[in-house]
Amino acid sequence: MSDQGKLWEVFTQSKTGASHEHAGSVHAPDAETALQNARDVYTRRGEAVSLWIVPSDAIVASSPSDSGPFFEPGNDKAYRHPQFYSVPKGVRGM
Amino acid sequence: MNEIKNEIKADLFEYLLRLGDDRLILGHRLSEWCGHAPILEEDIALANIALDCIGQANAFLTLAAAVENNNRTEDDLAYFRDETEFKNLQLVEQPNIDFAYTITRQFFIDAFAVHLYDELSKSIVEDLSGIAAKALKEVKYHLRHSRQWVLRLGDGTEESHNKIQNAINDLWMFTGELFFENDVDKKLIQEGIIPSTKSVEQKWKEVIESALTEATLKIPDDSNTNLRSGRNGDHTEYLGHILAEMQIVARSHPGAKW
Repeated sequence: MSDQGKLWEVFTQSKTGASHEHAGSVHAPDAETALQNARDVYTRRGEAVSLWIVPSDAIVASSPSDSGPFFEPGNDKAYRHPQFYSVPKGVRGM
Repeated sequence: MNEIKNEIKADLFEYLLRLGDDRLILGHRLSEWCGHAPILEEDIALANIALDCIGQANAFLTLAAAVENNNRTEDDLAYFRDETEFKNLQLVEQPNIDFAYTITRQFFIDAFAVHLYDELSKSIVEDLSGIAAKALKEVKYHLRHSRQWVLRLGDGTEESHNKIQNAINDLWMFTGELFFENDVDKKLIQEGIIPSTKSVEQKWKEVIESALTEATLKIPDDSNTNLRSGRNGDHTEYLGHILAEMQIVARSHPGAKW
Protein backbone atom coordinates (compact mmCIF):
# COMPACT_ATOMS: atom_id res chain seq x y z
CA MET A 1 0.00 0.00 0.00
CA SER A 2 1.26 3.46 -0.82
CA ASP A 3 -0.89 5.67 1.42
CA GLN A 4 0.21 4.42 4.80
CA GLY A 5 1.89 7.72 5.52
CA LYS A 6 5.48 8.66 6.15
CA LEU A 7 8.00 6.43 7.83
CA TRP A 8 9.14 7.35 11.36
CA GLU A 9 11.91 5.87 13.48
CA VAL A 10 11.03 4.99 17.06
CA PHE A 11 13.37 5.24 20.05
CA THR A 12 12.32 3.86 23.42
CA GLN A 13 13.77 4.55 26.85
CA SER A 14 13.40 1.52 29.13
CA LYS A 15 13.85 3.44 32.38
CA THR A 16 14.51 7.00 33.49
CA GLY A 17 18.14 7.93 32.92
CA ALA A 18 18.82 5.18 30.38
CA SER A 19 19.58 6.00 26.75
CA HIS A 20 16.83 6.00 24.19
CA GLU A 21 17.44 3.03 21.94
CA HIS A 22 16.22 2.41 18.43
CA ALA A 23 13.24 0.05 18.57
CA GLY A 24 12.02 0.05 14.97
CA SER A 25 9.81 2.13 12.73
CA VAL A 26 6.15 2.96 12.17
CA HIS A 27 4.02 4.46 9.43
CA ALA A 28 1.95 7.55 10.21
CA PRO A 29 0.67 10.66 8.42
CA ASP A 30 1.92 13.07 11.10
CA ALA A 31 3.99 13.31 14.27
CA GLU A 32 1.18 12.94 16.82
CA THR A 33 -0.18 9.86 15.06
CA ALA A 34 3.35 8.48 14.81
CA LEU A 35 3.78 8.88 18.56
CA GLN A 36 0.54 7.03 19.25
CA ASN A 37 1.34 4.29 16.74
CA ALA A 38 4.76 3.85 18.33
CA ARG A 39 3.14 3.62 21.75
CA ASP A 40 0.82 0.91 20.50
CA VAL A 41 3.38 -1.06 18.52
CA TYR A 42 6.46 -0.85 20.77
CA THR A 43 5.37 -0.19 24.36
CA ARG A 44 2.20 -2.16 24.90
CA ARG A 45 3.81 -4.60 27.31
CA GLY A 46 5.37 -1.89 29.44
CA GLU A 47 8.72 -1.73 27.64
CA ALA A 48 9.22 2.02 27.88
CA VAL A 49 8.87 5.15 30.00
CA SER A 50 9.62 7.58 27.18
CA LEU A 51 9.43 7.68 23.40
CA TRP A 52 11.24 9.66 20.72
CA ILE A 53 9.93 9.80 17.19
CA VAL A 54 12.09 10.98 14.30
CA PRO A 55 11.08 11.26 10.63
CA SER A 56 13.10 8.57 8.88
CA ASP A 57 14.13 10.99 6.14
CA ALA A 58 15.69 13.29 8.77
CA ILE A 59 18.29 10.66 9.59
CA VAL A 60 21.59 11.07 7.78
CA ALA A 61 23.31 7.72 7.48
CA SER A 62 26.73 6.63 6.38
CA SER A 63 26.68 4.36 3.37
CA PRO A 64 28.02 0.79 3.33
CA SER A 65 30.59 1.79 0.71
CA ASP A 66 32.04 4.29 3.17
CA SER A 67 32.75 1.67 5.78
CA GLY A 68 36.39 1.26 4.74
CA PRO A 69 37.54 4.90 4.93
CA PHE A 70 35.14 5.68 7.78
CA PHE A 71 35.77 2.93 10.25
CA GLU A 72 38.83 0.86 9.50
CA PRO A 73 41.51 3.42 10.44
CA GLY A 74 40.33 3.11 14.02
CA ASN A 75 40.93 -0.60 14.25
CA ASP A 76 44.67 -1.12 13.93
CA LYS A 77 46.12 1.61 16.15
CA ALA A 78 46.18 0.40 19.70
CA TYR A 79 47.24 3.87 20.93
CA ARG A 80 43.87 5.27 19.90
CA HIS A 81 42.14 3.14 22.51
CA PRO A 82 42.03 4.19 26.15
CA GLN A 83 42.97 0.73 27.36
CA PHE A 84 46.21 1.37 29.25
CA TYR A 85 44.64 2.05 32.61
CA SER A 86 42.30 -0.02 34.71
CA VAL A 87 38.69 1.01 35.12
CA PRO A 88 37.84 1.75 38.77
CA LYS A 89 35.55 -0.69 40.50
CA GLY A 90 31.95 0.31 40.40
CA VAL A 91 32.09 1.92 36.98
CA ARG A 92 29.55 0.25 34.78
CA GLY A 93 28.41 0.49 31.24
CA MET A 94 31.82 1.01 29.62
CA MET B 1 -14.94 -5.31 50.30
CA ASN B 2 -16.21 -2.48 52.42
CA GLU B 3 -19.68 -2.88 53.84
CA ILE B 4 -22.49 -2.27 51.38
CA LYS B 5 -25.99 -1.80 52.72
CA ASN B 6 -28.23 -4.74 51.90
CA GLU B 7 -31.00 -2.55 50.51
CA ILE B 8 -28.78 -1.15 47.76
CA LYS B 9 -26.95 -4.36 46.80
CA ALA B 10 -29.38 -5.19 44.01
CA ASP B 11 -29.02 -1.66 42.60
CA LEU B 12 -25.25 -1.76 42.77
CA PHE B 13 -25.26 -5.17 41.06
CA GLU B 14 -27.43 -3.78 38.27
CA TYR B 15 -25.17 -0.76 37.86
CA LEU B 16 -22.00 -2.90 37.76
CA LEU B 17 -23.59 -5.02 35.02
CA ARG B 18 -24.04 -1.86 32.97
CA LEU B 19 -20.40 -0.89 33.45
CA GLY B 20 -19.16 -4.40 32.68
CA ASP B 21 -21.48 -5.09 29.75
CA ASP B 22 -20.55 -1.81 28.04
CA ARG B 23 -16.89 -2.79 28.07
CA LEU B 24 -17.50 -6.44 27.17
CA ILE B 25 -19.61 -5.72 24.10
CA LEU B 26 -17.45 -2.81 22.95
CA GLY B 27 -14.32 -4.93 23.37
CA HIS B 28 -15.88 -7.70 21.32
CA ARG B 29 -16.85 -5.28 18.56
CA LEU B 30 -13.36 -3.81 18.42
CA SER B 31 -11.79 -7.26 18.33
CA GLU B 32 -13.56 -7.82 15.02
CA TRP B 33 -11.06 -5.39 13.48
CA CYS B 34 -8.13 -7.64 14.34
CA GLY B 35 -6.39 -8.42 11.06
CA HIS B 36 -8.67 -6.08 9.07
CA ALA B 37 -7.72 -2.52 10.05
CA PRO B 38 -6.62 -0.03 7.36
CA ILE B 39 -2.94 -0.21 8.35
CA LEU B 40 -0.89 -2.47 10.58
CA GLU B 41 -0.32 0.19 13.24
CA GLU B 42 -4.05 0.87 13.55
CA ASP B 43 -4.78 -2.84 13.69
CA ILE B 44 -2.57 -3.10 16.75
CA ALA B 45 -4.03 0.08 18.27
CA LEU B 46 -7.62 -1.19 17.99
CA ALA B 47 -6.68 -4.61 19.34
CA ASN B 48 -4.96 -2.91 22.30
CA ILE B 49 -8.08 -0.92 23.05
CA ALA B 50 -10.20 -4.07 22.72
CA LEU B 51 -7.98 -5.83 25.25
CA ASP B 52 -8.25 -2.90 27.66
CA CYS B 53 -12.04 -3.09 27.36
CA ILE B 54 -12.13 -6.84 28.04
CA GLY B 55 -9.88 -6.34 31.08
CA GLN B 56 -12.20 -3.65 32.42
CA ALA B 57 -15.23 -5.87 31.77
CA ASN B 58 -13.53 -8.63 33.73
CA ALA B 59 -12.94 -6.32 36.70
CA PHE B 60 -16.47 -4.84 36.73
CA LEU B 61 -18.18 -8.23 36.31
CA THR B 62 -16.00 -9.85 38.99
CA LEU B 63 -17.10 -7.15 41.40
CA ALA B 64 -20.71 -7.55 40.22
CA ALA B 65 -20.54 -11.28 40.98
CA ALA B 66 -19.13 -10.55 44.44
CA VAL B 67 -21.88 -8.03 45.18
CA GLU B 68 -24.56 -10.41 43.95
CA ASN B 69 -23.09 -13.20 46.10
CA ASN B 70 -25.16 -15.86 44.36
CA ASN B 71 -22.61 -18.45 43.29
CA ARG B 72 -22.09 -16.86 39.90
CA THR B 73 -18.67 -15.92 38.54
CA GLU B 74 -17.73 -13.17 36.10
CA ASP B 75 -17.64 -15.84 33.37
CA ASP B 76 -21.18 -16.95 34.21
CA LEU B 77 -22.28 -13.34 33.87
CA ALA B 78 -20.51 -12.91 30.54
CA TYR B 79 -21.40 -16.21 28.92
CA PHE B 80 -24.61 -17.47 30.47
CA ARG B 81 -26.91 -14.48 30.42
CA ASP B 82 -29.32 -13.91 27.54
CA GLU B 83 -29.84 -10.82 25.43
CA THR B 84 -32.49 -9.12 27.58
CA GLU B 85 -30.31 -9.57 30.67
CA PHE B 86 -27.49 -7.54 29.12
CA LYS B 87 -27.50 -3.92 30.28
CA ASN B 88 -25.02 -2.39 27.83
CA LEU B 89 -25.72 0.74 25.81
CA GLN B 90 -27.11 0.19 22.34
CA LEU B 91 -24.27 2.41 21.10
CA VAL B 92 -21.58 -0.17 21.87
CA GLU B 93 -23.35 -2.99 20.01
CA GLN B 94 -23.63 -1.01 16.75
CA PRO B 95 -21.64 -2.63 13.93
CA ASN B 96 -18.20 -1.45 12.86
CA ILE B 97 -19.37 -0.71 9.28
CA ASP B 98 -16.20 1.21 8.39
CA PHE B 99 -13.32 2.95 10.11
CA ALA B 100 -15.22 6.24 10.45
CA TYR B 101 -18.17 4.52 12.19
CA THR B 102 -15.84 2.65 14.50
CA ILE B 103 -13.97 5.81 15.45
CA THR B 104 -17.18 7.80 15.95
CA ARG B 105 -18.68 5.12 18.20
CA GLN B 106 -15.41 4.95 20.11
CA PHE B 107 -15.12 8.72 20.47
CA PHE B 108 -18.66 9.04 21.84
CA ILE B 109 -18.08 6.28 24.38
CA ASP B 110 -14.52 7.35 25.31
CA ALA B 111 -15.58 10.91 26.09
CA PHE B 112 -18.30 9.42 28.31
CA ALA B 113 -16.04 6.84 30.00
CA VAL B 114 -13.29 9.34 30.86
CA HIS B 115 -15.64 11.59 32.81
CA LEU B 116 -17.67 8.76 34.31
CA TYR B 117 -14.60 6.85 35.56
CA ASP B 118 -13.03 10.07 36.80
CA GLU B 119 -16.07 10.56 39.03
CA LEU B 120 -16.37 6.87 39.93
CA SER B 121 -12.75 6.88 41.10
CA LYS B 122 -14.04 9.00 44.01
CA SER B 123 -16.83 6.54 44.88
CA ILE B 124 -17.21 5.56 48.53
CA VAL B 125 -17.26 1.90 47.45
CA GLU B 126 -13.51 1.26 47.44
CA ASP B 127 -13.57 -1.74 45.11
CA LEU B 128 -15.41 0.33 42.54
CA SER B 129 -13.21 3.41 42.93
CA GLY B 130 -10.11 1.23 42.53
CA ILE B 131 -11.29 -0.33 39.28
CA ALA B 132 -12.39 3.06 37.96
CA ALA B 133 -9.04 4.69 38.77
CA LYS B 134 -7.15 1.96 36.91
CA ALA B 135 -9.55 2.04 33.95
CA LEU B 136 -9.35 5.84 33.81
CA LYS B 137 -5.69 5.70 32.73
CA GLU B 138 -6.65 3.39 29.88
CA VAL B 139 -9.68 5.32 28.65
CA LYS B 140 -7.74 8.60 28.69
CA TYR B 141 -5.49 7.06 26.07
CA HIS B 142 -8.49 5.69 24.16
CA LEU B 143 -9.96 9.20 24.03
CA ARG B 144 -6.70 10.67 22.83
CA HIS B 145 -6.63 8.06 20.06
CA SER B 146 -10.27 8.41 18.94
CA ARG B 147 -10.32 12.23 19.22
CA GLN B 148 -7.18 12.48 17.11
CA TRP B 149 -8.81 10.40 14.39
CA VAL B 150 -12.02 12.47 14.52
CA LEU B 151 -9.92 15.59 13.85
CA ARG B 152 -7.98 13.98 11.03
CA LEU B 153 -10.95 12.39 9.29
CA GLY B 154 -13.16 15.48 9.75
CA ASP B 155 -10.53 17.94 8.61
CA GLY B 156 -8.96 15.55 6.09
CA THR B 157 -10.16 14.87 2.56
CA GLU B 158 -13.67 15.44 1.26
CA GLU B 159 -14.25 11.68 1.34
CA SER B 160 -13.05 11.21 4.92
CA HIS B 161 -15.07 14.24 6.03
CA ASN B 162 -18.26 12.87 4.46
CA LYS B 163 -17.73 9.41 5.89
CA ILE B 164 -17.29 10.55 9.45
CA GLN B 165 -20.11 13.11 9.19
CA ASN B 166 -22.42 10.30 8.06
CA ALA B 167 -21.29 8.14 10.96
CA ILE B 168 -21.93 10.98 13.42
CA ASN B 169 -25.39 11.62 11.96
CA ASP B 170 -26.30 7.93 12.13
CA LEU B 171 -24.93 7.21 15.60
CA TRP B 172 -26.12 10.42 17.25
CA MET B 173 -29.52 8.89 18.09
CA PHE B 174 -27.75 6.50 20.48
CA THR B 175 -25.99 9.21 22.48
CA GLY B 176 -28.99 10.27 24.58
CA GLU B 177 -28.84 6.84 26.16
CA LEU B 178 -25.43 7.61 27.67
CA PHE B 179 -27.25 9.69 30.25
CA PHE B 180 -30.02 7.24 31.01
CA GLU B 181 -31.22 7.49 34.58
CA ASN B 182 -33.73 5.42 36.53
CA ASP B 183 -34.34 4.51 40.18
CA VAL B 184 -31.12 2.50 40.30
CA ASP B 185 -29.10 5.60 39.50
CA LYS B 186 -31.10 7.84 41.80
CA LYS B 187 -30.52 5.60 44.81
CA LEU B 188 -26.81 5.16 44.10
CA ILE B 189 -26.34 8.89 43.49
CA GLN B 190 -28.00 9.59 46.80
CA GLU B 191 -25.65 7.16 48.56
CA GLY B 192 -22.61 8.87 47.02
CA ILE B 193 -21.63 5.73 45.14
CA ILE B 194 -21.98 7.13 41.63
CA PRO B 195 -21.83 10.68 40.22
CA SER B 196 -24.83 12.65 39.07
CA THR B 197 -25.71 11.90 35.47
CA LYS B 198 -25.99 15.62 34.67
CA SER B 199 -22.40 16.42 35.62
CA VAL B 200 -21.07 13.71 33.30
CA GLU B 201 -23.43 14.83 30.53
CA GLN B 202 -22.21 18.42 30.71
CA LYS B 203 -18.55 17.40 30.44
CA TRP B 204 -19.29 14.93 27.63
CA LYS B 205 -20.99 17.64 25.59
CA GLU B 206 -18.00 19.96 26.00
CA VAL B 207 -15.56 17.30 24.72
CA ILE B 208 -17.78 16.41 21.77
CA GLU B 209 -18.50 20.00 20.78
CA SER B 210 -14.90 21.13 20.95
CA ALA B 211 -13.64 18.19 18.86
CA LEU B 212 -16.38 18.32 16.22
CA THR B 213 -16.00 22.09 15.85
CA GLU B 214 -12.24 21.79 15.47
CA ALA B 215 -12.75 18.97 12.96
CA THR B 216 -15.14 21.17 10.89
CA LEU B 217 -17.96 18.68 11.54
CA LYS B 218 -21.61 19.45 12.25
CA ILE B 219 -23.26 18.47 15.53
CA PRO B 220 -26.64 16.86 14.77
CA ASP B 221 -29.73 18.04 16.62
CA ASP B 222 -31.25 15.91 19.35
CA SER B 223 -34.69 15.47 17.80
CA ASN B 224 -34.03 11.90 16.71
CA THR B 225 -32.84 10.51 20.04
CA ASN B 226 -33.73 6.88 20.67
CA LEU B 227 -36.15 6.32 23.55
CA ARG B 228 -35.51 2.61 24.10
CA SER B 229 -32.47 1.79 26.17
CA GLY B 230 -30.14 -1.14 26.54
CA ARG B 231 -30.09 -0.25 30.23
CA ASN B 232 -33.59 -1.80 30.38
CA GLY B 233 -32.51 -4.85 28.39
CA ASP B 234 -33.90 -3.41 25.11
CA HIS B 235 -31.37 -3.99 22.38
CA THR B 236 -30.96 -3.52 18.66
CA GLU B 237 -30.88 -6.51 16.32
CA TYR B 238 -27.09 -6.69 16.59
CA LEU B 239 -26.62 -7.80 20.19
CA GLY B 240 -28.08 -11.27 19.64
CA HIS B 241 -25.56 -11.96 16.89
CA ILE B 242 -22.67 -10.74 19.04
CA LEU B 243 -23.74 -12.95 21.94
CA ALA B 244 -24.19 -15.98 19.69
CA GLU B 245 -20.59 -15.66 18.57
CA MET B 246 -19.20 -14.67 21.96
CA GLN B 247 -21.01 -17.31 24.01
CA ILE B 248 -21.03 -20.35 21.72
CA VAL B 249 -17.81 -21.93 22.99
CA ALA B 250 -18.60 -21.45 26.67
CA ARG B 251 -22.11 -22.80 26.21
CA SER B 252 -21.05 -25.76 24.07
CA HIS B 253 -18.41 -26.82 26.60
CA PRO B 254 -19.63 -25.68 30.02
CA GLY B 255 -16.88 -25.63 32.61
CA ALA B 256 -14.12 -26.07 30.01
CA LYS B 257 -10.71 -24.72 31.04
CA TRP B 258 -7.75 -23.53 28.99
